[in-house]
Amino acid sequence: MRIEDIKVAILRIEGTNCETESYQAFERLGAKPEMVHLKQLTGQDIHDHEKRDLMDYQIIFIPGGFSSGDYVRAGAIWAARMKSKLAGPLTEFIQEGRAVLGVCNGFQVLVEMGFLPGFDSTMSQIPQAVLSTNDSSRFECRPTILKYENKNNCIFTSKLNSGQKYLIPSAHAEGKLLFPADRGEKFYQKLEDNDQVVFKYVDPDGNYAGYPWNPNGSPHNIAGICNPDGNVLGMMPHPERVFNRYTHPDWTRGFDSEVGDGQAIFESVLGYITKKL
Amino acid sequence: MLVADVQIRLKKGVADPEGKNTKKALELLGFSQVAEVKTSKYFSIHLDTDDEALAKVEVEKMCQSLLANPVINDYSYEFRLLSD
Repeated sequence: MRIEDIKVAILRIEGTNCETESYQAFERLGAKPEMVHLKQLTGQDIHDHEKRDLMDYQIIFIPGGFSSGDYVRAGAIWAARMKSKLAGPLTEFIQEGRAVLGVCNGFQVLVEMGFLPGFDSTMSQIPQAVLSTNDSSRFECRPTILKYENKNNCIFTSKLNSGQKYLIPSAHAEGKLLFPADRGEKFYQKLEDNDQVVFKYVDPDGNYAGYPWNPNGSPHNIAGICNPDGNVLGMMPHPERVFNRYTHPDWTRGFDSEVGDGQAIFESVLGYITKKL
Repeated sequence: MLVADVQIRLKKGVADPEGKNTKKALELLGFSQVAEVKTSKYFSIHLDTDDEALAKVEVEKMCQSLLANPVINDYSYEFRLLSD
């Protein structure tokens, strides 16, 4: 399909942020993004002409923010609202090979919904992981450096270079990816074996480093993972915030790329959809 | 009317940075006897029933599907009758 025909739903509910940056990222690359409120998909409390069908889109983008005040747990309320009405359609959407990207709060939502890590099925009834409170117990907001670690499974990263570092900012208070204590190491190994690890936090020399390079204390420095099929990606840092060079924190000081480090993620997924769907 | 007092705790071994920070702050304020602080969440859920067996089934489901994440949380609950 042609890039100008690709429809992207930028989901929003109360408390989402960076929708505009995300919208513009897709728009600047020639796709057709649309801001879609969750109620437009569930059909509750809205006019008929506002209703939207999930299957009209090829990409779902779940942005960051503090959806529903992050009550109960980060992303839990949004996940519950989606689960109640959209579990079936979203599962179908993912099984068809369409793309779902969750950034920051969006990552938390995908984990709470059971779509990530998605070890045994597209969606697990009970979450298999959690994005837990940062070790610092604070909201950590700063540029973070990510090393691209995927071996070609993830559809959002085909235009990234393996082992290369990307500066993508983080802004979250709950970003530590945890598995059940008794199966933790087994699950981290499973992520590696399934080629589900996409990004890890590193220091400027490319070494796996502790705080502050790893802003949340995530074991194995994990910053982003995909599902086993590679078409659902969740990551804590915000690629849409560094789409062009001018929003890089250091763009006046030796940043010599014409494009921002986040752009390749959007290009990759659009490239994938043009070829596959 | 039944009220469920639901407590959501962090499992043993899960880091509790909020508790740790609270302990530090209490010590700064001069409380020298604080050995440990653990945080938890409390929900008071008012139910439209007096049937405790039914309420138990419902609250158990509530904990599993929203209030707790089994990866890091333990939960417990007690019921009390609300008289008006």
